Amino acid sequence: MTPDLGKYAVEVLSAYAASVVLLVALIAVTLRRGRVARAALKEVEREVKSDG
Amino acid sequence: MSIWQYANPVKFLSLSAKVQPVLWVAAGFCVVVGLIWGFFGTPDDFRQGSTVKIIYLHVPAALMAINAWFMMLITSLIWLVRRHHVSVLAAKAAAPVGMVMTVIALVTGAIWGQPMWGTWWAWDPRLTSFLILFLFYLGYIALWEAIEDPDTAADLTSILCLVGSVFAVLSRYAVQFWNQGLHQGTSVPVATGGRTVSDVFFYPLVMCMVGFGLLFLALVLYRTGTEIRLRRTAALRARAGGNV
Repeated sequence: MTPDLGKYAVEVLSAYAASVVLLVALIAVTLRRGRVARAALKEVEREVKSDG
Repeated sequence: MSIWQYANPVKFLSLSAKVQPVLWVAAGFCVVVGLIWGFFGTPDDFRQGSTVKIIYLHVPAALMAINAWFMMLITSLIWLVRRHHVSVLAAKAAAPVGMVMTVIALVTGAIWGQPMWGTWWAWDPRLTSFLILFLFYLGYIALWEAIEDPDTAADLTSILCLVGSVFAVLSRYAVQFWNQGLHQGTSVPVATGGRTVSDVFFYPLVMCMVGFGLLFLALVLYRTGTEIRLRRTAALRARAGGNV
């Protein structure tokens, strides 16, 4: 399945691994921060409403 | 109907919510198909061997690293001239994405350079200008975090963005006007329409470039929405006098 990368297999695979890790981490942090911000805003809006 | 209506956070969030699902799916499709195509479906280069497969990560990441800064430049200018908060929050949202793209370009470039050039790093004009661009991204993000008043932070980071644009331009055009250093010429010269990459490598590369572009857009829209919500939360807390 994996193509024959010859003597540069380590270089190619490490470039792909590093890039995928960075991209997945960026997306995960972005989505997590977004969820936290949404929840915080909802909470404040609810409290402001209940305070009148 | 004017583009400036999207300076209204509510209208921006409404449009963003409609566009994002399409963007995420299209970005995921293009990135995954492009990388699989490039990794499994392309032959080795006669000189570079299998390291040519790194091009599908390096070139799109470098492209977005530079264009992210240009996007930040435009939105920062809009802030300085028209004082639209959504605009400067979009710049703030784009900075970490651009920084990660810069890191991917630097890391994959170093990994490719070691076997091809015999060195991880050289003080070549393009590599050096890219390193400085990375430092500008770090400085931009740090400046936002360091200043408490959001409007002052927006002003100062926008000015930093103008200064950093010099290095974004250098990163983009250094290979064209500096005939020195190790870095080869651009793979896809947009201005001339010519290219130095054969079709078998070019089409998956274009797929990856489109994918990285769409991913950047999806991430920036999502992150701008987050920044708007954080700003609104802080405003409501301040209005309630710290009771909330």
